[in-house]
Amino acid sequence: MSVAVATTGTPLRRLGNLLYRRPNLYLLMLLIPPLLWFGAIYLGSLLNLLWQGFYTFDDFSMTVTPELTLVNFAALFNPANFDIILRTLSMAVAVSLASAALAFPIAWYMARYTTGRTKAFFYIAVMMPMWASYIVKTYAWTLLLAKGGVAQWFVQRLHLEGLLQLLLDIPGVGGSTLSTSHLGRFLVFVYIWLPFMILPIQASLERLPPSLLQASADLGAKPRQTFMQVVLPLAVPGIAAGSIFTFSLTLGDFIVPQLVGPPGYFIGSMVYAQQGAIGNMPMAAAFTLVPIVLIAVYLSIVKRLGAFDAL
Amino acid sequence: MNLLSSYRSRTMPPAVQFTEVSRTFGEVKAVDQVSIDILDGEFFSMLGPSGSGKTTCLRLIAGFEQPSSGSIRIHGSEAAGLPPYLRDVNTVFQDYALFPHMNVRDNVAYGLKVKGVAKAERYARADEALAMVALDGYATRKPAQLSGGQRQRVALARALVNRPRVLLLDEPLGALDLKLREQMQGELKKLQRKLRITFIFVTHDQTEALSMSDRVAVFNRGRIEQVDTPRNLYMQPATTFVAEFVGTSNVLRGAIAEQLSGSAQPFSIRPEHIRLDGQPGPHEVQVAGVLRDVQYQGSATRLEIVLDSGQLLAVSQANDQWLAQPQPWQPGQRVLAHWPRAAMTSLKETPA
Amino acid sequence: MHSDRASWGLRLAAWGGLVFLHFPILIILLYAFNTEDAAFSFPPKGLTWKWFSVALARPDVLQAITLSLQVACLATLIALILGTLAAAALYRRSFFGKQAISLMLILPIALPGIITGIALLSAFKRLGVEPGLFTIVVGHATFCVVIVYNNVIARLRRTSQSLIEASMDLGADGWQTFLYIILPNLGSALLAGGMLAFALSFDEIIVTTFTAGNERTLPIWLLNQLSRPRDVPVTNVVAMLVMLVTMLPILGAYYLTRGGESVAGSGK
Repeated sequence: MSVAVATTGTPLRRLGNLLYRRPNLYLLMLLIPPLLWFGAIYLGSLLNLLWQGFYTFDDFSMTVTPELTLVNFAALFNPANFDIILRTLSMAVAVSLASAALAFPIAWYMARYTTGRTKAFFYIAVMMPMWASYIVKTYAWTLLLAKGGVAQWFVQRLHLEGLLQLLLDIPGVGGSTLSTSHLGRFLVFVYIWLPFMILPIQASLERLPPSLLQASADLGAKPRQTFMQVVLPLAVPGIAAGSIFTFSLTLGDFIVPQLVGPPGYFIGSMVYAQQGAIGNMPMAAAFTLVPIVLIAVYLSIVKRLGAFDAL
Repeated sequence: MNLLSSYRSRTMPPAVQFTEVSRTFGEVKAVDQVSIDILDGEFFSMLGPSGSGKTTCLRLIAGFEQPSSGSIRIHGSEAAGLPPYLRDVNTVFQDYALFPHMNVRDNVAYGLKVKGVAKAERYARADEALAMVALDGYATRKPAQLSGGQRQRVALARALVNRPRVLLLDEPLGALDLKLREQMQGELKKLQRKLRITFIFVTHDQTEALSMSDRVAVFNRGRIEQVDTPRNLYMQPATTFVAEFVGTSNVLRGAIAEQLSGSAQPFSIRPEHIRLDGQPGPHEVQVAGVLRDVQYQGSATRLEIVLDSGQLLAVSQANDQWLAQPQPWQPGQRVLAHWPRAAMTSLKETPA
Repeated sequence: MHSDRASWGLRLAAWGGLVFLHFPILIILLYAFNTEDAAFSFPPKGLTWKWFSVALARPDVLQAITLSLQVACLATLIALILGTLAAAALYRRSFFGKQAISLMLILPIALPGIITGIALLSAFKRLGVEPGLFTIVVGHATFCVVIVYNNVIARLRRTSQSLIEASMDLGADGWQTFLYIILPNLGSALLAGGMLAFALSFDEIIVTTFTAGNERTLPIWLLNQLSRPRDVPVTNVVAMLVMLVTMLPILGAYYLTRGGESVAGSGK
């Protein structure tokens, strides 16, 4: 009887019945298109790229031959390349720390002191710059930091030229002008990735019930103690989640370093130069392994801080 | 089971028949070797604590789950492997599951629409179903604009518009407040008598199950402890679990059970069957103890007695004397509890 | 609930943060109207609309706009299909490899864009595919899928499972349930996901740098302009337009998914 019923009707309904009785087949049909796209196009490309890291690049003829070698990966540990990695890594860490410090008060204010329309306003006010065009935001900063630009105008009005010069003279931070200094590049990075830090922190603080703070105060904690003992520990997953973005986005960027800051390669610009101007695809491929490894290590660290539950 | 229903059960196939049905989720046996016959036209309740398997049984009938083993027959034909949309049963969901993007009329007419019934007819039948649950005039509202009780009625109308032979109700009154729930209980019972279709009603509320059902199945840990009429379930519980889950009962075990009943088997005695006043009759069981607690509850007074052997005994005394003398019971007072031997039911121990 | 007031310091930090986030955007809006044509100086000497007509008369700008719109539309379409399928497959059942699949979907935005870009470039080279519209769309669709996927899976998780069961219980088969129940409930999530994917694609530059070949999307056109100071007014106008195209869908997506809890819930 059941078989007789299930095999009547239009072909479409028969297929529906079949899929209902075979949930695995249904699942497979749903999964095939995305799996094909990601498996064949994306993962295939990634593996192909890593494979190319083993190819040989001939410096004299500037050609690539498919002879397998470990030379490219070994070259990552050259002092020059190691410098690039270190420079990028320290920028990523500094940007993450500064973003967290800047984001926290905004997130805390949003979560704790805004309701209804104000909260929506803040939310949109953080979302809009986050989604606004990356290249335009970078461009805006070249306008801001340029000679005779907005930043200089403000510095002059506020008579802070001395302070600025003092900052620019610090080795490793400064540079000849704001737009060619490490400081300028750092500012641009913090600006661009800051919203990615605000939203996860805000979400994690939003989940913190106000009664928890009242309980802490009720038990005799001063506001500062409540903050250190209750709020901060519970916000750690959010901060860690936000830092995934700030860290990984800074690590792979090659456009900001190209437009703002002193000369000297970042990992991203090195990869770009290797494959483009130099035409050494194997070295570029080997170099892409660096951010992958660094991010994998970073993810395994922040996973312990609960970052994945706060994403 | 009365004569009529036992006669019918021999001549007509049951509305729903479970034969050694099991449903496992990984290691968990949600339903474990359950066999029941639910008769045509019966108001049948599945009662049990949460996680006892009653809802899974309902979902097996609806077709949302398929049995891991065993056979489910609906009106005589095998249902295993049949998707929900090919079964002649409809469900009233616990959360009502009204489609939020459709108005009340479209919700009710949905079952007819997917069967290809023309618009004019399905709207006429939907309005008819809405009238049946006293919701005429609400047809163009969205579910979000209705109260909990009204949503419940819409869910009922929607499930009945297909004229199913079996209606499944998954704790439909759980979200309503007490007054509304009692009112709906009466209406559901009336509706079932009028439509003469099988209602299978899942609940964890024993009062609800007792007051509405022709028969009740008590579930515990995926198994059925007892299937019986409400009166038999209450007066003659088969197992210690049923005695304690259905109503309040004193279940006495071990030495004290042997001393009072003459058998080592556990037995049950209902609090309201125990007397504290008057003299025990010649064939009554009697036991002495000290009153520990007295709770005045209006229609009755609840008392707790510590027997000399150490066990607790709950006793309920009806306050059925108009302007009775001031409460005679004081904590600390020595009392003699007694009850007719026939009021005791010996029980099968439910393994813990 | 929040009866206590924030301290002055906190309010200053919060509102100051917002000003910091919006100041550069306001600068872009301002400079688009700058009368000067070597326009780094601040404050601007005067404001004018004339650069808009100049910019929109430039064939290279129009070509870049057309290409970016084509790419964003195609990438969004592919992302909508693949993202919805993946969400439908992953939202409820757990099965072997589920974690791996969701990780794979996130990978293109979790890994730096340069990796996706160069990987696709080397694969296209190896397969002999000429860079152009097709290769740009492939790259964009790959990282847009997860945007749609996230929106759809969130909506599916909020949609009560009993709605789907109720539909089948009332006699609707899988197709009818999809058409009458699931799709209407997903509608605004799909629209929101599509708008976000569109904004993301329209703005993307890193992956595009590698997959575009000689084609120029609007962001690439902008990047090239930065080394050509003589076109500053046109660049400013285009920057403002790109800014608006990427920001406005966010407002739409926000209003579409806001309050979705009560709409897609079980009718409680």
